[in-house]
Amino acid sequence: MGSDHAHRLYVPGASVVHRLGPQCKLVATVAFVILVVLTPARQMWAFALYALVLAVVAAVAHIPAPTIARRMLVEVPFVVFALAMPFLTPGDRVEVAGIQLSSAGLWSAWNVLAKATVGVVTSILLAATTDLRMLLLGLERLRLPGLLVQIMTFMVRYSDVITDEMRRMRIARLARGFEARDIRSLPVLAHSAGALFIRSYERGERVHLAMLSRGYTGSMPSVVDIAAPTRDWALALALPAVAIVILTAARVSA
Amino acid sequence: MTPATGAPSLLIEQLAFAYPDGHQALFGVDLTVERGERVALLGPNGAGKTTLVMHLNGILVGGRGRVSIAGLEVSAPNLREIRRRVGIVFQDPDDQLFMPTVRDDVAFGPANLGLRGAELDDRVEQALRTVGLTDLADRPPHHLSFGQRRRAAVATVLAMQPEILVLDEPSSNLDPASRRELAEVLESLDVTVLMVTHDLPYAAQLCPRSVILSGGVVAADGPTAKLLGDAELLAAHRLELPHGFVLDC
Repeated sequence: MGSDHAHRLYVPGASVVHRLGPQCKLVATVAFVILVVLTPARQMWAFALYALVLAVVAAVAHIPAPTIARRMLVEVPFVVFALAMPFLTPGDRVEVAGIQLSSAGLWSAWNVLAKATVGVVTSILLAATTDLRMLLLGLERLRLPGLLVQIMTFMVRYSDVITDEMRRMRIARLARGFEARDIRSLPVLAHSAGALFIRSYERGERVHLAMLSRGYTGSMPSVVDIAAPTRDWALALALPAVAIVILTAARVSA
Repeated sequence: MTPATGAPSLLIEQLAFAYPDGHQALFGVDLTVERGERVALLGPNGAGKTTLVMHLNGILVGGRGRVSIAGLEVSAPNLREIRRRVGIVFQDPDDQLFMPTVRDDVAFGPANLGLRGAELDDRVEQALRTVGLTDLADRPPHHLSFGQRRRAAVATVLAMQPEILVLDEPSSNLDPASRRELAEVLESLDVTVLMVTHDLPYAAQLCPRSVILSGGVVAADGPTAKLLGDAELLAAHRLELPHGFVLDC
């Protein structure tokens, strides 16, 4: 208990990147990723430049490279998919180290790998420099429907509570000699999942009562003003601006 | 908005209530709590204590009888003001603390009342100071100890400056030190308190007056020491002092 569960992606710091308004960072991140996706895959140098840009952001934000590398593990499923492409795609074959590979497949694999990697690293940087509460405030500021923001807020708040509850149920099962060995254990696990669902549902009702008791009428009062100065916007949007230059150059030379 | 002077903090008249499934929980409860009193509401499990609490701020309505808070009747048009006047501290602090940080949570109530800016900050600071949690204001609730979370829950309703503070089993699951810390906070408050509990020593420590709710009616109402000294009365309502406990008054 008490682990930094919900906030473990955040790397505390006071860099320029950390201090930018969350709404600016959100817009910059989404815009940057879209521009990267629009870049023609065959202009490999463009992706090298994107990587360089992200390296600069990481350096300014003091996010250590090993941290980023470890978090990039979420990309593994895409990598597996990408690696299969040169074998599965029909068309012209090229020989690489004695193995026949599809050249179109190789380009598709590169396309997926390069764009996914840049996208993942961009999100890692956003999450590492913006704590969850600020992200939620940023989304609210960007006019994401209030109900969605509320649902996300509660998810952040209660993921730990529910994880704890799940852990206690597992310990209670173990304490009475239960071990999940084979398919015959499934009914027990299914019952646990059902019980967890009902408990969470009931908790939701109690939380709602507690909210009503303190004057909740359907929308969260926004008490924090996170208006970002123009300087924040200018700094944050420098990221997609650089990407536009790289994208244009890549399209022209394609 | 100021409550009528002289009206009791809480006035319950002939309150009866049956749940939609037909189960009747309250059979005509009468209770008056004067301003500034600290009253313990005692009773075994299933006596109707929680049902009664839900009536105090209009979460449950529709039965017979009347409830008023400082002269204002609990009814649909008054709900907003009623919920400001009645601060309920629920039993599980994880139900009550639903915002990302303690500070946001304490601000939730007063912000719903329309407070903003410096006025709101002052309210929040004051409530946090009262319960001794100023240093932990920016932590997520999950990082607080259980006792700290219980006190944070008290702060969330104190920030609304309630007429009456209603605590549902405030001492449950607290270790002895947290229990004492919470008692100190409650004793320092200048507010009417209705404390729902079956922790009789806690009632004896904090509340000069007690009410026993049993079978959906008020079975006894008097000085806490007198009620707790009456072993027969307690036994008749499934209440017992802990083994070896001696009333010191």
